[in-house]
Formats: sequence, structure tokens, C-alpha cells
Amino acid sequence: MDTIQILFYALTVVALFSAIMVLVSKNPVHSVLWLIGVFFAISGHYILLNAQFLAIVNLIVYAGAIMVLFLFVIMLMNLNNQSEPQKHIWIKLAGAIAGGCFLMVLVSLVRQAVDLEHKSVLVGTGDIGLIRNLGKALFSDFVVPFEISSVLFLSAMVGAVVIGKKD
Amino acid sequence: MPIQYYIYLCLALFSIGIIGVLTRRNAIIVFMCIELMLNAVNLLLVAFSKMHHGAAIAVNPASQTGVEGQLFVFFIMVVAAAEVSVGLAIIVMLFRNTHSVDINFLNRLKN
Repeated sequence: MDTIQILFYALTVVALFSAIMVLVSKNPVHSVLWLIGVFFAISGHYILLNAQFLAIVNLIVYAGAIMVLFLFVIMLMNLNNQSEPQKHIWIKLAGAIAGGCFLMVLVSLVRQAVDLEHKSVLVGTGDIGLIRNLGKALFSDFVVPFEISSVLFLSAMVGAVVIGKKD
Repeated sequence: MPIQYYIYLCLALFSIGIIGVLTRRNAIIVFMCIELMLNAVNLLLVAFSKMHHGAAIAVNPASQTGVEGQLFVFFIMVVAAAEVSVGLAIIVMLFRNTHSVDINFLNRLKN
């Protein structure tokens, strides 16, 4: 078992544990903090896959900007442990069983897949995740979607202001 | 590292997100679980991109195969950021009208 495998398992355990803690935390602020832990673990996975640009963007956009927005809204609403009404226990159980069945079906599908046998992921090397190569592709082949995404941001900004406005 | 490990990890994260959407009533937690599902898909896209890149550079060492997958993840992050801003504005509006973030209040859209 080499270093990369140990890192993979450690990051996987951190990601899954933090994701489960997002669900079971009563306090929404704790949920947000655990979700930041998930994002850090996923960024670690990106670094392990040598996708350095996506790792940094994930940290800046998700853990930095989006989670701060969530925390800001939660603190604005002053939510605490008592504010969430609980679903009925049978509905919770049904949801957990449905999610578990989904997981079970897909795992069995992946186990039987012939196409995925003997395929392996290039870990630690490979330079397509570096900013130089991604930037070249982004500003040559993908320049139209890149510009369209700026229009999307503008419309999202206008939409958020219009929805959030008083009355 | 076999691709199956990454698929199992992403499936587990995605299922945790689904269970969260199905079992919680706080709109913000539901929204966070949707973000969790998006991140699981992102991780799987990067893993598949590296899988194809590894297969391609075995043939041609200067190959750039797999860049598309990582750029797709980048665009998913762009769309997720826009979605979060609008979604949180909707949740703030819901809270202002009902003084609660319980998603069962949205039942009134039914009639």
C-alpha cells in the first residue's frame, strides 16, 4: 500500500464521514461547516488526480464563496436547533431505504460492468489538469460557452436582485 | 487506482445527497444536499477524464484527451454558483413570507 492509496482512503473516509454529518447535524451552521469539510476532501481528491486548477477553483468558489453565502443566509434568518420541524419517522425511514436501494442498484451495476474492468485512473501524473492546458482549451475551443456563461451570470445577478427585493 | 473506487465513492456521496433531500425539511439543508450531489458528479467527471487521459497517453504521449471533462466540471461550477445565488434569494423570499424555511409550506403551490 503506497502513499497515494493511503491518501485516497483517508480522503474518502473524511468525505463520507463529513457528508453523513451534514445530514445528521441538527444545527444548520454545523451542517454548513461539515459541508466545507466535504469540499476540502474533494479538493484533496482533485489534487491527488493532478487536477490542480479544479482543486483551487473548488476551494475558492465552493468552500470560499458559496458556503459563505449559505452561512450568511442562515445567520440572517437566525435558525437554530428548534426551528426545523421533523418529518415523520416513517417518511425518514422510507427516504433512507429509497436512497439505499438506489446505491445498491448502481453499485451492483458497476460491479457487473464489463467495460469498466481493468480500467484505471491516472493518479499523480498527467498534465491536463494544469492551468496552462485548461486555459488553452478554454480560450480556443470553448470560448463561446465561456462567453455565454458570463451572460448567465448577469441574468442570475438580475434575477437574484429582483427576487430578493422587498415586495 | 481502479476506476471502480472512484465510482463507488461518488455513488456513496450522491446517495447521501439523495437521502438528505428526501429526509430533511429545512430548505437550506435540502439545498446543501443538492450541492453535495453536484460535487459527487464533478469528482466522477474528473476521474473519468483522467482515465481517458491515461489510456490516450499510452498511445501518444503528447495527447490532450480529457481536457473536455475538466472544462465541463468548470462550467458545472459556474452554473452552480449562479444557481446558488438565485436559490438562496428564493429561500430568503420564502422565509420573509412564511417566517419559516419548512419546505412543506410550498404545498400551497399545489392548488
